[in-house]
Amino acid sequence: MPEISVTVNGVEHREEVEPRLLLVHLLRERLRLTGTHVGCDTSQCGACTVVLDGKSVKSCTVLAVQADGSELLTIEGLGKDGLHPVQQGFWDQHGLQCGYCTPGMIMAAYQLLQDDSDPSEEAIRHGLRGNLCRCTGYQNIVRAVQQAARATS
Amino acid sequence: MTTQERPPKLIGEPIKRREDPRLITGQGSYVDDLQPLGTLHMVIVRSPYAHARVTGIDVSAARNAPGVVAVLTPEDVQQSTEPVPVAAQLEGMHMPLRHALTGEEVKFVGEPVVAIVADDRYLAADAAELVEVEYEELPAVIDPEQALEGGPLVHGDLGTNLCVVSPIGDAEAAARAIEGAEVVIKQRLMNQRLIPNPIEPRAVLAHYEPGPGTLTVWSSTQIPHLLKTLLSACARVPEQLVRVVAPDVGGGFGCKLNVYPEEILAALASRRLERPVKFVETRQENYVATIHGRDLIGHLELGAKRDGTLVGYRIKVIADIGAYQHLLTAAIPTLTALMLQGVYKIPALSGEIVEVFTNKTPTDAYRGAGRPEATYYLERGMDLLAVELGADPVELRRKNFIGAGEFPFDTQTGLVYDSGDYEAALDKALAIVGYDDFRNEQARLREEGRYLGVGFSTYVEICGVGPSSALPAGGWEAGTVRVERTGKVTVLTGVSPHGQGEETSFAQIAAERLGVGIEDVTVIHGDTAQVSAGIGTFGSRSLAVGGTALVMSLDKIAAKAKRFAAHAMEVQADDLEFEAGQVFVKDAPEKAISLPEIATLAYNAVDLPPDTEPGLEATSYYEPGNFTFPFGTHVAVVEVDTDSGSIDLQRFISVDDCGNIINPLIVEGQIHGGLAQGIAQALYEEAVYDANGQLLSGSLMDYAVPRADQLPSFELATTVTPTGVNPLGAKGVGEAGTIGSTPAIVNAVVDALSPLGVQHIEMMLRPERVLDAIQAAKGGVR
Repeated sequence: MPEISVTVNGVEHREEVEPRLLLVHLLRERLRLTGTHVGCDTSQCGACTVVLDGKSVKSCTVLAVQADGSELLTIEGLGKDGLHPVQQGFWDQHGLQCGYCTPGMIMAAYQLLQDDSDPSEEAIRHGLRGNLCRCTGYQNIVRAVQQAARATS
Repeated sequence: MTTQERPPKLIGEPIKRREDPRLITGQGSYVDDLQPLGTLHMVIVRSPYAHARVTGIDVSAARNAPGVVAVLTPEDVQQSTEPVPVAAQLEGMHMPLRHALTGEEVKFVGEPVVAIVADDRYLAADAAELVEVEYEELPAVIDPEQALEGGPLVHGDLGTNLCVVSPIGDAEAAARAIEGAEVVIKQRLMNQRLIPNPIEPRAVLAHYEPGPGTLTVWSSTQIPHLLKTLLSACARVPEQLVRVVAPDVGGGFGCKLNVYPEEILAALASRRLERPVKFVETRQENYVATIHGRDLIGHLELGAKRDGTLVGYRIKVIADIGAYQHLLTAAIPTLTALMLQGVYKIPALSGEIVEVFTNKTPTDAYRGAGRPEATYYLERGMDLLAVELGADPVELRRKNFIGAGEFPFDTQTGLVYDSGDYEAALDKALAIVGYDDFRNEQARLREEGRYLGVGFSTYVEICGVGPSSALPAGGWEAGTVRVERTGKVTVLTGVSPHGQGEETSFAQIAAERLGVGIEDVTVIHGDTAQVSAGIGTFGSRSLAVGGTALVMSLDKIAAKAKRFAAHAMEVQADDLEFEAGQVFVKDAPEKAISLPEIATLAYNAVDLPPDTEPGLEATSYYEPGNFTFPFGTHVAVVEVDTDSGSIDLQRFISVDDCGNIINPLIVEGQIHGGLAQGIAQALYEEAVYDANGQLLSGSLMDYAVPRADQLPSFELATTVTPTGVNPLGAKGVGEAGTIGSTPAIVNAVVDALSPLGVQHIEMMLRPERVLDAIQAAKGGVR
């Protein structure tokens, strides 16, 4: 089995993995970082979104071996030193209900703000279209990202 | 009052949710996050056919595959478990039962046939590929009207596809009224099949421990206590040895208000193997093996006088319930029947609800559950009537409203509406939308060839479910309050929130009533080993029913605290007040004992008051005397592109009245989410089957759960008309958004296209249906 090395939230891990192992299962079942969720099997819902080398990716569509040598940021790493402004925004604006899509949504929003620090409502809605939420109707998610943008700009 | 400062007011305040810190940092705990040592994974082999005879099952290769620990087959499972439970049983209903695995004749795509248990989910999936099932395909029936008219039989031994017919109202009176009406509207209205789609699919982890003989089941469920009872029967483990835990649950919307074959199979496998067994469905499995919602055809007749006064309403509803009943399947269309009258005075009304078997996934409760259908039929009917009469749809509604002074109001369907002020909500919505200005602007833009429309829906729904007489397993709820020795407070509730925020709203109630800080209150739910009894979360009942059980327990705590204080201060309990965490003498507020001091007296118990037990804990069961009836007005503004058929939802105004509000932040969130699902029924979502019973919209690639850029920002307002049914005055809000919004959208689109002669378009309003309707109105085909 191939051995890979990934740095997740600043910690390096060496793991022997089957070539078919999905990145999301490496994170969840090997490294026990269960904040990243699985919501579908067709790469539509975005619950598994993590940041890989500065890009948001759906970790259900990345093989663990493809992440060899990469730096990963997951929801557990985002708020290591107190809540990140995106997390704070979701809390303050009631941007979540059941919370299942939330880690992926937050990671997607985090990367969105890395790419565009002052997005319009339209840009936020467009930027998050790869992430499904069934609870909130998105309005408070938009407000959460807007709050985070104000806090970081 | 003592010198101590009054704690801040909590009830009615937008307190940020206490659930959120764990959920936004990845510290939530959903079923699939749990991985006890030695956990095995279960994968299900399902029927690829809508209807077929199983002529052979060969699992020998699967049994020998790497990592496989057990293979469960239908014969084995049918001998070792009880059938999948059906709770809703209507008079005269056919109730074909099925076991967790089917071995003789499969009746829908996705029906479980074989279960594989292996060391990990990859190996289990590999082995599932090796199972060989031979099928002899049988004719399938997909269309419910065809099923009634002699199509292939889903259950051959029944000799019919008719499950049950339930009448409501006075058929003779309604027939007479419609016959004598000056104007009658007749319309067939389809309320299409939907897929609930919680973002967390179903998941279950069963762990049988042979030492104590206990079965612990973590399930992504809305009803842990009912699941405990039913699973105990199905898996044949005595109920007192079964513990069900609903940890964090990633949405339900009704589809987790059930007992599923996989829960029975996981329990059986764990009992056999004496190891934890986990099943997590894939999204594509979720689409075929988790219940669907709606799928009701309504044939409506609405009669009125020329001046718009309603005189009669008659409807035949054909409900396509799929291949089998699930837990509450048959009862859902009867909620449509109960709510047929809506917000109007209708002197004669009758309904006939016909439930039909087809070779599709079973239906059951999906957010709104029966009320969106009732609202859709009547609110579309009112717009059709307005067009026929040349009347303004707003004034037609207003003319027929049940007046604010007419409550409690007896409906033709046997309900008693508790309270309401329908006109107040309508007027508020009209002011927000700027109705008169909109009509002027609409006329002006029509001159330019632009088609804007406004649509209304004035709804009432049935919540706070409900009196036990209305539910097969009881409609009460239980709640416990325990003041700990240190004066900290534990609340235990039988409701099972999965996004609704009761860890916050219930803490607000308890903290304010006891006068302690909210941080000193913890709300525990979803664990049958901690919470002694409960029913669960559905039917917008958690606050109205579960919250009331909490209030009753808080009252008991206050009374007992007074007894301890009276004894200690040597005064009469009647002379004491309980406020702000203190019990004090009414006339001498400087004489006070704090709650922690009382807790010490209660638990040290060295000097108990007469006839008083130690401890400071109270449990209450609340049996509601009636349902509650929230209401409101929803308004949609759309522009339709008549070249492409696309619809631009420009504004959505939602004025809702759910009675008293405990946390406006949570209420707003519930409305937002409900609106998204109701709007999506009108514009985006439809479960589509082909003629062979294959689900064409069988994945998130093919079924359009709305995305962030497909919805507008909603404009919300509330009116507050408390209910007298419960002491909180709260009615419930979980489903309102879904119930009111759908017809408002359709009404708006039809209004936009009315100059072209369009009178109705069936949901969902995809562009080709819009173009077809325009062409048909012009007298041609596209």
